[in-house]
Amino acid sequence: MTDLSYNPSRGQSPATKMALRIVLYLLLGLFALFYLMPLFVMLTTSLKSLDEIRTGDLVSLPREVTFDAWRTAWSTACTGIQCEGVRPYFLNSLLIAIPAVMISTLVGALNGYVVAQWRFKGANIFFALMLFGCFIPFQVVLLPMARMLGIMGVAGTIPGLIFVHVIYGLGFTTLFFRNYYVSIPSELTKAAKVDGAGFFRIFWSIFLPLSLPIIVVTVIWQFTQIWNDFLFGVSFSQAGTQPVTVALNNIVNSTTGVKEYNVDMAAAIIAALPTLFVYVVAGKYFIRGLTAGSVKG
Amino acid sequence: MTRWLQDNMPKIVLAPSFIIVMVFVYGFIAWTAWVSLTRSRLMPRYEIDSFIQYERLAASPRFETAMVNLAIFGTLFIVIAMVLGLLLAILLDQKIRTEGAIRTIYLYPMALSMIVTGTAWKWILNPELGIEATVQGWGFAGFEFGWLVDPDKAIYTVVIAAIWQSSGFVMALFLAGLRSVDEEIIKAAQVDGIPTWRVYSAIIIPSMAPIFLSAFIVLAHLAIKSFDLVIALTGGGPGYATDLPATYMYAMAFSRGDIGQAASSAMVMMLVVFAIVVPYLYSELRTKDD
Amino acid sequence: MAPILEVKNLFKNYGSTEVLKDINVSIDEGDFLVLVGPSGCGKSTLLNCIAGLEPITGGDLFIGGQNMTNVSPKDRDIAMVFQSYALYPTMTVAKNITFGMKVRGIDQATQDAKLNQVATQLQIEPLLHRKPGQLSGGQRQRVAMGRALVRDPKLFLFDEPLSNLDAKLRVEMRTEIKSLHQRLGASMVYVTHDQIEAMTLATKIVVMKGGIIQQIGTPAEIYNRPANLFVADFMGSPAMNLIPAKTRMNGKGMLVEIDRKDGDPIVLTDTRNKDLPENVILGVRPEDIADAALGRAGETQEADCVIDIVEPAGADTFAVMQLGGKHVTARLHAETSALAGQAQRLTFDLGKVSYFEPETGLRLN
Repeated sequence: MTDLSYNPSRGQSPATKMALRIVLYLLLGLFALFYLMPLFVMLTTSLKSLDEIRTGDLVSLPREVTFDAWRTAWSTACTGIQCEGVRPYFLNSLLIAIPAVMISTLVGALNGYVVAQWRFKGANIFFALMLFGCFIPFQVVLLPMARMLGIMGVAGTIPGLIFVHVIYGLGFTTLFFRNYYVSIPSELTKAAKVDGAGFFRIFWSIFLPLSLPIIVVTVIWQFTQIWNDFLFGVSFSQAGTQPVTVALNNIVNSTTGVKEYNVDMAAAIIAALPTLFVYVVAGKYFIRGLTAGSVKG
Repeated sequence: MTRWLQDNMPKIVLAPSFIIVMVFVYGFIAWTAWVSLTRSRLMPRYEIDSFIQYERLAASPRFETAMVNLAIFGTLFIVIAMVLGLLLAILLDQKIRTEGAIRTIYLYPMALSMIVTGTAWKWILNPELGIEATVQGWGFAGFEFGWLVDPDKAIYTVVIAAIWQSSGFVMALFLAGLRSVDEEIIKAAQVDGIPTWRVYSAIIIPSMAPIFLSAFIVLAHLAIKSFDLVIALTGGGPGYATDLPATYMYAMAFSRGDIGQAASSAMVMMLVVFAIVVPYLYSELRTKDD
Repeated sequence: MAPILEVKNLFKNYGSTEVLKDINVSIDEGDFLVLVGPSGCGKSTLLNCIAGLEPITGGDLFIGGQNMTNVSPKDRDIAMVFQSYALYPTMTVAKNITFGMKVRGIDQATQDAKLNQVATQLQIEPLLHRKPGQLSGGQRQRVAMGRALVRDPKLFLFDEPLSNLDAKLRVEMRTEIKSLHQRLGASMVYVTHDQIEAMTLATKIVVMKGGIIQQIGTPAEIYNRPANLFVADFMGSPAMNLIPAKTRMNGKGMLVEIDRKDGDPIVLTDTRNKDLPENVILGVRPEDIADAALGRAGETQEADCVIDIVEPAGADTFAVMQLGGKHVTARLHAETSALAGQAQRLTFDLGKVSYFEPETGLRLN
């Protein structure tokens, strides 16, 4: 904690101090408003009727709360030709995210365990190659991946999207586990070897039970990434297998009929709910995941 | 046999990931690089034909707009997000009682999809019913805020939304950095009678150089990859006024059927990323090996 | 009977750096071998090679007469105690101790019996259901020992097991390890950088430096007849005084002449050694320089020396002076009359001195 509140060298009067504190809180409050405003606008808009929206006051509370827009967004809004709302796509996102998160986390844990605790010639090169993979702009793999999915016969399918998300998530999951396991003394592995335990036994009995925090971090990171993905979703899905982000974009940009802003906002909130929920419930781990990739570990 | 299995288990476990990375990352990069040197159009062709695609990119006004936009967007986004993030971190570092709650508020946009962010800001910034109409409704009839539909200004709306999304994250990075400064150094400075602002400017901030670098790398990386935000907020428009290389690449690949252009623009993106990331990763890995 | 551990011409390289060069050591059943040396001397690497945790580059390794060079650690019939104790953090003490048996598929009844036996022996019964995080350093140390004891192996390996304890506890545990060794009659290899630990525990000491064995011997041999200047300097506290001197023969024996800056050289007569080179390094333990007034048996020679510093240390008083251009420490009686800045008549016990060749550092006598 950088404690600068007590500073004997400064002869400020209590009044000045008080004024400074007030300015400080005022500033913090203004910024809080800036960050909250879009969420507030989304929420109020989604609860207004179209007529009320047309009177054009973004920040006023709804005169009459209606959940019609939510109902429409969930089950009847049109994403192009189909008009089933975001529900099927929400489900698609779950079907993609859950297996992809599980597989990439498990493989990442094993990879990290090897790179951190079973060093062999070339393990560091492997890690460097993986790390590099985290940073490539995915545009550079879009074209060959589209062809590869076609060759594998999973183009436009949910298993195809799971596959893509697992592959390009491995770099980060490996990085997370490697950085976590590298801080565990290698003597632990040695002791277990002398005790007669093998590769998987040591992983299962000693490392996995220690890994709960990093598993949570990794799962949250991967879930957020995959849920919020748009590029892979829009490139490798077809009608019926699109994830919710793609469906949301289609609803917002569908040109048929009247522009229903309240439905757009309701759909946006629905698409955001799972990751927001995770953030509110496990914010600490969310932040740790964000910083783990960027701060020297 | 079992002994061999035991001894080589680590390698066996890594092997699938290794193959995957070699094929799906490096192999694919090689494929894209190869195709970027051909006359591929709707279907990929494999006869190398010099730098024709890169020449077409250089001659394309749309790609030029995309690169200029990337420069404007990238610079503004990185600089403002860093300054704002540092400011917020310092403000929050003053023993704020409600720090946890405030931090949660500043950081939540990072949990949202760029598509959601784009959708929200598209609504807020739309001139007919958004901020412009609202402020006019409050009695300021002359108020105009039509950046979203102004080809010269639309790119700045992308900057606004991106900063809203990412500055809280930069704050979290800097806050962690502020907290990791050795407390004894700060105490020593206080005993020496150095004023608070000098403690920050002369001691704490300089010692956070690695965090500035990290934040810069992350933000630059986000900027270059920005795709969904533009799609959701402006769709690249008006016209192609807010195209970025990422949206250009996507348009070429999936709507214009110009694989050669898609591959070469993807390669340009990758080169930009590598120019920034490679020196960083290199130094990271070197220090980590010690 | 075959030695319990035999290391033959062992080499170990990391890439192109040689960390162990031509190591040859063997110990018999019941021996307590201590590998001692400064950090980076290769002692821990050697222990890891013996355990099978590091592959060796060349040479052979036998445990209990069997060639174990390419055998994995679990099949070497060894147990190991680590510097950080390496207790499995998520397991209770009891599970930590029985983990090895569980992995080996030993039945529950045997596990329980052995656990109880070891727990009683080490007095850790009250701790069995705690996790390592809830234990003090000394308790963790005991649990780590318990995990090794329960194996009942041919060979115990200890990697600086006491270095994370505070000074008082370290002395206690040292005594305990020694008594354990005597009770069990087990064979042990013990790595430490602490020469006192080496002296007190070992039946056999290997002094290492730069991946090369400097000397192998009993504690007494190492202490009294160090093989070279490095061993002389490293073993013993305060360290052996190493004083440049000149020798020449005369009728009575060999004269040893030590320069000093204030006054004539000290000339001592050594009747046991002869015909050494002219320039030597004379090695004298501090306890072999004593107060002349308080008398001392042995082959002594007296000389007046000006004392620079007097350091009372309770049981002894150390006096520091300048001889042959070096600080020389004498271990005097607590009631010595020595005062800083004044001359004191001291005796030099030449019966125990060592002579070293100044260039090579090798022992001459």
